[in-house]
Amino acid sequence: MDLFMELLKTFVVGGIICSIGQILLDRTKLTGGRIMVLFLLAGAVLTALGLYEPLVNFAGAGATVPISGFGYALVKGAIEEVGKEGFMGAFSGGIKATSAGITAAIVFGYMAALLSNPKSKS
Amino acid sequence: MANIKQLKNEYPQIVKEHSPKNKVMINSAKAFLVGGAICTIGQGFTEIYKYYGMAKDDAQMVSTVTLILLSAIFTGFNIYDNIGKFGGAGAAIPITGFANAMVSSAMEFKKEGYVYGMGAKLFTIAGPVIVFGAIASVVAGIIFYFV
Repeated sequence: MDLFMELLKTFVVGGIICSIGQILLDRTKLTGGRIMVLFLLAGAVLTALGLYEPLVNFAGAGATVPISGFGYALVKGAIEEVGKEGFMGAFSGGIKATSAGITAAIVFGYMAALLSNPKSKS
Repeated sequence: MANIKQLKNEYPQIVKEHSPKNKVMINSAKAFLVGGAICTIGQGFTEIYKYYGMAKDDAQMVSTVTLILLSAIFTGFNIYDNIGKFGGAGAAIPITGFANAMVSSAMEFKKEGYVYGMGAKLFTIAGPVIVFGAIASVVAGIIFYFV
């Protein structure tokens, strides 16, 4: 039952974040790539203000899986690294915290593109 | 001439009939379902990895990597495109959409070669996201250093 509640919270929060994106997509002239950058920056700013962390604690993957969660991980990593390493931590922390995801996306992405072909547009 | 005048009057009506209906409500409901489902799958992986003894942070990271791997495979088989057609932003906003954007643009430019085609186009969408992400993290880090 606990697990069910956890998953329900994830579903609802993740769903709400995505539907905000859909409304922006339908109601404004913003394209997909710009909306991704916008969500990333929103996640980064909210994290710096201390507002995104509570959402992550509440909804888990519902807050970390959307691209705003990438911004959260970057900023959180940079802030934590500054605490440990001082000034240079600002430069190493963000990418360090997200390195597994970025590398996975590059490696798996390249391999998948290598092994497959786009659907013919007939 | 009369015909043209008539057509002119009817034209706005014709345009209205053929332009896509404004289905913001339905589209956001679909985005809600698809986006929520993808996040829930991610949480499911995290729970499974935690069950097998991983620490919470590690489990979250491996779960993200798993989603990226699945998205790359689904994109390769042209399945993610269909999820995207139905779910819109619900498929684009999660990290799987980020991976999908990378794979699909790399696939599309495969003909231009392995270096300048796939290697470069992998970053059509991912590039800006990483650029602004890196800048945001450095700015936040510097601010927190001085505050």
